[in-house]
Amino acid sequence: MAATDTSTVDTASRAKALDRLKLGDTIFKNLTFLSALTVLLILGGVLISLMHGAWPAFREFGFFGFIAGESWNPVTEKFGALAPIYGTIIASFIALLIAAPVGIGIAIFLTELCPMSLRRPVGIAIELLAGIPSIIYGIWGLFFFAPFLQVYVQPALIKTFGSVPVLSTLFSGVPYGIGLLTASLILAIMVLPFITSIARDVFETVPPVLKESAYGMGCTTWEVVRNVVLPYTRTGVIGGMMLGLGRALGETMAVTFVIGNAHKVSASLLAPATTISATIANEFTEAVGDIYTSSLIALALILFIITFMVLSAARFMLMRLEKQKGA
Amino acid sequence: MYLSKLVSTFVISSALVTGIAQAADISGAGATFPYPLYSKWADTYKKETGNGLNYQSIGSGGGIKQIKAKTVTFGASDMPLKPEELKEAGLVQFPTVVGGDVPVVNLEGIASAELVLDGPTLAKIFLGEIKTWDDAAIKALNPTAKLSSQPIVVVRRSDGSGTTFIFTDYLSKVSPDWKAKVGANTSVEWPVGIGAKGNEGVANNVTQTKGSIGYVEYAYAKQNKMTAVRMINKDGKAVSPNAETFQAAAVNANWEKSDGYYVILTDEPGANSWPIAGATFIMMHKKPQDVANSTEALKFFDWAYTKGSQSAIDLDYVPMPANVIAQIKKTWNTEIQADGKPIYKTN
Repeated sequence: MAATDTSTVDTASRAKALDRLKLGDTIFKNLTFLSALTVLLILGGVLISLMHGAWPAFREFGFFGFIAGESWNPVTEKFGALAPIYGTIIASFIALLIAAPVGIGIAIFLTELCPMSLRRPVGIAIELLAGIPSIIYGIWGLFFFAPFLQVYVQPALIKTFGSVPVLSTLFSGVPYGIGLLTASLILAIMVLPFITSIARDVFETVPPVLKESAYGMGCTTWEVVRNVVLPYTRTGVIGGMMLGLGRALGETMAVTFVIGNAHKVSASLLAPATTISATIANEFTEAVGDIYTSSLIALALILFIITFMVLSAARFMLMRLEKQKGA
Repeated sequence: MYLSKLVSTFVISSALVTGIAQAADISGAGATFPYPLYSKWADTYKKETGNGLNYQSIGSGGGIKQIKAKTVTFGASDMPLKPEELKEAGLVQFPTVVGGDVPVVNLEGIASAELVLDGPTLAKIFLGEIKTWDDAAIKALNPTAKLSSQPIVVVRRSDGSGTTFIFTDYLSKVSPDWKAKVGANTSVEWPVGIGAKGNEGVANNVTQTKGSIGYVEYAYAKQNKMTAVRMINKDGKAVSPNAETFQAAAVNANWEKSDGYYVILTDEPGANSWPIAGATFIMMHKKPQDVANSTEALKFFDWAYTKGSQSAIDLDYVPMPANVIAQIKKTWNTEIQADGKPIYKTN
């Protein structure tokens, strides 16, 4: 009798304990799910409020009319996004064009060639570069870098390429110091650490046996990098470049300081230009009138879409790399 | 709109929360141009009366937005609202002080107040039609100055600004070309030049860039010891920017006859008038929701008109003439009311 009693009590208390644990698990699961949901809600909320805010501008100018419009005139309330979109894309693209080879070069040096004693200091220096607040780049750009470019670099560029067909247009005009090229150079410095650290990480995923076999066959370091390391990590490196591009697209303060903030599409890289984020930072507080404010929000929406596309492309490439590694 | 309202409500409500925490402070927002003066006034006023004033220099456009949204007790702007706009929004507006925009240059071998320009030439420079410093038009005005073929770098504001309004309004008056192509507003579609944020931004860019020309509020030119330009005014006389020439521009203005004190002091007649002068304005609701705070605000401005003149002069602003102040007080009595009675009775 007594034995049976204890066993039923045991089963009951055990079931209770199990239930309690289950409840704990359920609560935990739901809590984490809620946290995950918050991200989606915020993202959705941002997108909806941007679309809602941008609606009057799109209704007034038409979606394509707004994107292709070159004029940005607060007096007549005619707004077009072409100049900021052009500035954003060109500045980011040139930044990437400069930062990608340099960043990959640093990563190759760090993983393949660098003596062990140098590896850590250089690595830390790169990471420190990523930690500098962008406003500091802006101030440095305005007070030191732009005057330096105006006095020494830009006149030389204008003189050197003055008679070369395409380059003479790219480097024409007055050496302002500030402009699209200066902004691109600052951006290049800013995205460099991103590209470098991602490239370094993916280079380290290359199985040593592959490299060793190549070296064993008598390959030079250049051949190993070109034929083994780079093909193996191609998607990862491109993903890293895309992340850098994402950062460059959204960068605001440093660019605002050095780009010249002119709503103009000009062929010359020395001319002042503007980017989407710089325009918003400059004009939002003082935007009087519904269409003006709405046009700025529409710009924000366009930047949101561009950045989203770039980042999803990066994700996609990194995903393919993971799969490749798994196989 | 929804978003911007949300943002501004948030900013202001957080400001209000801190305001309430320090007892009933008057809250105002707007123009950056009179900010040094308003904060000086607020400081002295607090010492004398114990009442604080919370002024946020968010820019003229922001000031207009926020007073219309009723999130502040008063708004401040360098661009006066037109009488019909005032009526529509139920606002009263009055000027506090007069100041001026100053063209500044960065040219080697040119001292402050050495270079002379006139309105049409200035407009042509900012239109991009005059491209080098040795252009015939500039040389004709400065026969003795050493001017090189250095390219002109135009520096202007990238953000909206009352300073820009005064400057572009002047260019519109003196150059039909400017009026047709660009116009006057707190921000415009600039034909050429580098955009910089704030008076500080323009001052910095001009200081950094050789061969540049920009325009800043007088206090910034003076504090940064920038190379100011003398202007030829409507009477054909070359004048330097200073408190006297701003005063001369204000004296000739017809405040009494102007509805809502809508007076823009650019291109005023008078042998000694600085041509790019402007007043800065306060806007308040005719039927304020928060009567107590609005009364406090009027009390503050009454104090500022009576006792604040010296600090205005110290900071290179020009106080309003006595007859204009008397009329402004009359306006308060007749226009800012609650239940048909003035909320603040002045003598």
